[in-house]
Amino acid sequence: MNAIEFSLLIGAASLLAGFLGSLTGLGGGVVIVPVLALLFKVDIHYAIGASLVSVIATSSGSSSAYVRKGFSNMRIGLLLEIATTTGAILGAFLATGTPTGKIAIIFGFALMLSAATSVRHRKEQAPDRPGDPLATRLRLNASYPVGKTMEPYQVRRVPLGFGLMFGAGTLSGLLGIGSGAVKVLALDEAMMIPFKVSTATSNFMIGVTAAASAGIYLSRGYVQPAIAMPVTLGVLAGSLLGTQFLVRARTQAIRILFAVVIAALGIEMIYSGFTGRL
Amino acid sequence: MAPRHIYIANAEQDTRMEAQVGMLLRVGVLSSAAVILLGGVLFLVHHGRSVVDFTIFNGTAPELRRPGSILLHALHGDDLAIIQCGVLMLIATPVARVAFSIFVFLEEHDFLYVAVSVAVLIILLYSLIWQH
Repeated sequence: MNAIEFSLLIGAASLLAGFLGSLTGLGGGVVIVPVLALLFKVDIHYAIGASLVSVIATSSGSSSAYVRKGFSNMRIGLLLEIATTTGAILGAFLATGTPTGKIAIIFGFALMLSAATSVRHRKEQAPDRPGDPLATRLRLNASYPVGKTMEPYQVRRVPLGFGLMFGAGTLSGLLGIGSGAVKVLALDEAMMIPFKVSTATSNFMIGVTAAASAGIYLSRGYVQPAIAMPVTLGVLAGSLLGTQFLVRARTQAIRILFAVVIAALGIEMIYSGFTGRL
Repeated sequence: MAPRHIYIANAEQDTRMEAQVGMLLRVGVLSSAAVILLGGVLFLVHHGRSVVDFTIFNGTAPELRRPGSILLHALHGDDLAIIQCGVLMLIATPVARVAFSIFVFLEEHDFLYVAVSVAVLIILLYSLIWQH
């Protein structure tokens, strides 16, 4: 394959991944690594480096829209970024010593987790629950727009959320994904933040988390510009396209279909990891 | 419990700050994408017909690994270094956002979150600048 064919094919695949990722809220990064590794036979370390760069692009691109709507909570984001960035650096160091097969297996399980959380029913939390006293001391409680009024919310179980975020960061650094699934889980289930706020805040944090491990990937020679170029431009264009459609349709059918694709890629990654084909 | 009027003032400040952060992120992402595109076009013009194979990991050339040497080679018109320069700008975007929040919280006299932002910034700079 020559460079033009390689760039066009990977650019097109990344565009589709970015489009579906933003349409379903799952992010495109999660399918980039398996697509590069399984379909294009790119070494998994290069695939992870390119994916990580595209994750920064989509996170920063989409959170600029969220931030303007006033859903994201900067204090929660920054506080938890202490956990996600240290986790991400740990993950990046782990990635360099972990054999390809093992990374593929862990990746497969992360894909299955993403697929499972994406079809789960997210219920709005009751606003009148007592918050964590620590959240009050850390000034994490805030309010967010619901229609024309501002609805206050209380943040719960801060230490548990912090711990889960460290895990999300490690996963992100190890696999080159945003690990939005774990972040949203920590914000929703542990800290009981309303889901509009948790989606926006998680998006906000993904870029910072990915930037923490990207520095280490770059200096170890994992970021190959000839791969990062079509992946980043494709995913970014696709996700911008996706946000245009998002307003009109967030259909359950696409979501389930994409979740099935992700789960299938997960099984394929685990199988390839065990059989040593990667 | 803080008096009501202070709470509202903070909310207004937060909104203004969020608008500025949104702008910073958009400018950062779009300008990085433009630089990556420029480097990509140059790369394909120069090496479009060369065979590419990334099945085996060799690591990138040493000059594409450090911020200083990436910048230097990009200024000399090296196409891959120009792409890598766009990648660096992309990585710098969230870092700039964290740096920006330090000033915002300073202005609000929220010193707890000044400290939190500084901590996150130090972690990011450690990863980006330290030789690993």
